[in-house]
Amino acid sequence: MTIRFTKDHEWISVDGTTGTVGITDYAQHALGDIVFVEVPEAGRELIVGGDAAVVESVKAASEVYSPVSGTVTEGNAALADNPALVNESPEDQAWFFKLTLSNPAELDELMDRTAYDAYVAGLE
Amino acid sequence: MAETTTFSGNRALQIEEPLIFELGSPGRLGIDLPEPPPVDEDRLAGLRRKAPIGLPDLSEPQVVRHYTRLSQKNYGIDSGFYPLGSCTMKHNPRLSEKMARLPGLVDLHPFQPQKTVQGALEVIDTLAGWLKGLTGMPAVAMSPAAGAHGEWCGLMAIRAYHDDHGQNQRRRVLVPESAHGTNPASAAMCGYSVDPVPATERGRVDVAALKAKLGDDVACIMVTNPNTCGLFEDEILEIARATHEAGAFFYCDGANYNAIVGRVRVADLGVDAMHINLHKTFSTPHGGGGPGAGPTVLSEKLAPYAPLPFVVHDADGLKLVEHAPQFQGEGKPFGRVKGYHGQFGVFIRALAYILSMGADGLRQASTDAVLNANYLLARLGDTLTPSFDGPCMHECLFDDRFLKDSGVTTLDFAKALIDEGFHPMTMYFPLVVHGALLMEPTETESKETLDGYIAVVQALAAKAKTGSAAEDFKAAPKYTPRRRLDETLAARTPVLRWKPGSNG
Amino acid sequence: MRYLPHTDSDRRAMLAAIGAKDADALFRDVPESARLDQPLDLPRHQSEMEVERAFARMAGKNLSAGCAPFFIGAGLYRHHVPAAVDQLLTRGEFLTSYTPYQPEVSQGTLQYLFEFQTQVALLTGMEVANASMYDGATACAEAAVMAARVTKRSKVILSGSLHPHYRETTETVLKYTGLECDTLAPDPLAMEDLIGRIDSRTACVIVQNPGFFGGIKDLRPLADECHAEGALLVVAVADPVSFGLIEPPGAMGADIVIGEGQSLGMGLQFGGPGLGLFATRDKYVRQMPGRLAGQTVDADGKRGFVLTLSTREQHIRREKATSNICTNSGLCALAFTMHLTLLGETGLTRLAELNHARAVQLETKLRRVKGLRVLGNAYFNEFAVYLGDDQDAAAVVDALADRGILGGVPASRFYPEWPELRPILLLAATETNTEADLDALVAALNEVL
Repeated sequence: MTIRFTKDHEWISVDGTTGTVGITDYAQHALGDIVFVEVPEAGRELIVGGDAAVVESVKAASEVYSPVSGTVTEGNAALADNPALVNESPEDQAWFFKLTLSNPAELDELMDRTAYDAYVAGLE
Repeated sequence: MAETTTFSGNRALQIEEPLIFELGSPGRLGIDLPEPPPVDEDRLAGLRRKAPIGLPDLSEPQVVRHYTRLSQKNYGIDSGFYPLGSCTMKHNPRLSEKMARLPGLVDLHPFQPQKTVQGALEVIDTLAGWLKGLTGMPAVAMSPAAGAHGEWCGLMAIRAYHDDHGQNQRRRVLVPESAHGTNPASAAMCGYSVDPVPATERGRVDVAALKAKLGDDVACIMVTNPNTCGLFEDEILEIARATHEAGAFFYCDGANYNAIVGRVRVADLGVDAMHINLHKTFSTPHGGGGPGAGPTVLSEKLAPYAPLPFVVHDADGLKLVEHAPQFQGEGKPFGRVKGYHGQFGVFIRALAYILSMGADGLRQASTDAVLNANYLLARLGDTLTPSFDGPCMHECLFDDRFLKDSGVTTLDFAKALIDEGFHPMTMYFPLVVHGALLMEPTETESKETLDGYIAVVQALAAKAKTGSAAEDFKAAPKYTPRRRLDETLAARTPVLRWKPGSNG
Repeated sequence: MRYLPHTDSDRRAMLAAIGAKDADALFRDVPESARLDQPLDLPRHQSEMEVERAFARMAGKNLSAGCAPFFIGAGLYRHHVPAAVDQLLTRGEFLTSYTPYQPEVSQGTLQYLFEFQTQVALLTGMEVANASMYDGATACAEAAVMAARVTKRSKVILSGSLHPHYRETTETVLKYTGLECDTLAPDPLAMEDLIGRIDSRTACVIVQNPGFFGGIKDLRPLADECHAEGALLVVAVADPVSFGLIEPPGAMGADIVIGEGQSLGMGLQFGGPGLGLFATRDKYVRQMPGRLAGQTVDADGKRGFVLTLSTREQHIRREKATSNICTNSGLCALAFTMHLTLLGETGLTRLAELNHARAVQLETKLRRVKGLRVLGNAYFNEFAVYLGDDQDAAAVVDALADRGILGGVPASRFYPEWPELRPILLLAATETNTEADLDALVAALNEVL
């Protein structure tokens, strides 16, 4: 399993050609209490860096971009009833969607855990 | 705060008031009606309502008491200083309320024969004349119901012009990053894409960046002037020139017109269209969120596209034009923006204010508005952190650098101000500075009020900077009818109405 | 000037604190060519007395509805507003407060909005309502845009029963959005076939009930057909008093209900400011435009109210917002909710009965007018009459006005390009009409026709 991160604080966990995408702990902390999540439906085509989902706190709505290109296989239905899960378990249970990668080479453009942690440290 | 120790839960004049649905009793009446005339057969075609609606029944004394108590939980301009940036919370004159209740003016139906409402048309026409005279613009669309509505109206006229002149490739609108959210939202409604323009360190539009973005696919720029940071765009003439040279229009967001009314004609700045918020610059009451009015002045080129309806002078007097073919001139209205003839009740109030103030009074008003804001900037400049160098216009902008390491946020600071008897300034807008505090005192505040406010802000800032007061700030407000409310809960589990069986 | 507190001495002290020579120095960023050195050549300030005189003169040129037998409706109805409404409306804490951005000092506004939203949901038979929009016409346009968002389709069907201003406003708003309007002809006889126009591209059908020409219909078959095709049914209601007597749109299958609330609480006011009502089903709430007040608790656990679901709105979503709307019609919503609270279930029902009975009485008396025919046989408090083949209703209305009677509105005022509508007159009767009014109208019509 490979895990990669984007500069916009999305993470993607890849197993074969299946990716699972969410937002990082840094992101959920910056957003504050999450009140609503809109996940893509199965079948939707995503392009790398394009709009994929929306995450809302009380005072802000943020786009979640797809780290890679591909086709959505599943949106996380648990987030509809319990958006707070994003604050509680951002990098595990609160995954936003799964997709089949169309171009796995795009993963090389992303940061690994060490690089991402360094990037975040630089932001603060 | 100490718990309430009364049996009722009330605290003297602060009385807990349930919802009307929790107060009613079936059969009570707040209104008496005559008996209906006898009817042999109704004409309801079997569509008579079958189920109860579920409304509560109350008597007049209960109703009066209910709303009186609700009003006592509100802070208004009448209560005290209300320095919300870009909202222009100036005094709402009571003469306006009296004029807006003259039966000869308000007991009129918009579809009465026009000869029976010439006085009403004169109100609209007179106000329109003033707005054109003050701005130096040749035309005004009177019907938009609010500022955002006026923005959209101005943009629609611009789009209609471009499409009419074979320029329908112009689909991009340049909008400063500091713009109010209505600007891009209005542009999107006209089928435009929005291209943001950055600001300089001086808080103004980056003119070089703007020029680089101009092209023959740009329909217009939308610039607020004075801008949302409270600063006058000193390169405005160059901005207008470059925009016009590129074949685009200059839409001006007039939310901050109070800074320059009577001192600057916007036509002289190269503006092609500008909405005027009557509920800001022209003192009509904010009423808890509306109604307002957003008449939009238009240049010579855009005038033909002004929406229906509009008032013209003809041989018989004043005429309301409601359909395009009736217009004898070159009108090509882009359509209709709302029902009937505009926010007439708001027009009466704005005109009463304008007639009261006159050209000299309006000029003095903008002068005093700018004076007051600069006074706050000068007196608070050492205590808080001004975002930009002065002078400012009618509002002054600070950011939260002065709160660094204190544990106190802009939000906490604002809540503490509430306990001190002031309505907070605008918080977190514009987005271009961190933790913004935008203060607009307006000209109707006395020096004593400003000095009182300054003293309190200085005291609160000093307290915050001790670094050990964060907990106290986070507990504010303590003396209000309700303390901080859980907005997360409200958004996660929206409860947007009362339902039978729910409890308080 | 009475609204400007500063004396010259105040100004001098403040300029000294600022360190500016004079007030003009504060305007140094204004380009010199744009600076005005003195007040514009427009009238100077005036005393209250002088302003009152000016308005009295303008008011004196109008024939007000209370001074004549009055029968005009066409989307705005003359209802009697109880004295308590206006008295309460002018309380400074209501009149001079702003949008409730600081909820701790705005619980008055937030609670009445919550009550208003509940009342609108109950009246319309829907699940949720917003805190109001500018007016019925713009609410109609917003409903069309919302239906397109929800269904992801682009065609909006506008019934011939729809108020012409609602239709024109909707067509204007949709003009550059890529959405398409399929507008039916005006429908005075309530005979149009909407069902045949619905297809898989239809986002919504928008009808008005009671219609612009007064007719009421059972919308259930239309609702069923819309839903079978995956489209939404939007129903417009112009007189909120009709909710007192008629089956609500929610019970007939509407997905969105919009309306004009101005007739309750505000009076005619020459048509503005209006009060847009907007209600829908819970499942669509995040697609609904406009402000929303929601219930929550405060730090002490007490029930309170806040603005909520703000992320739909322009100040957060900007170009992706559900709408650009920034205000609601706050004070008008307050007037509406207070008026409706005074009425209550019992009062509203009686008021609606009275309106209908008066209209039926008018229809009966109009049988005494030669050549006149009432169109349709199902209405609430308004109907269309056909004056006769060669009659021009506009000329008739003019002649009635000369006799001191405000006798309805000619259809031609709204449809100048439809010659077949020239003989049609719209007449409304409310609780403010007396039997003497009706007799006066009948007598005058017999003279004029």
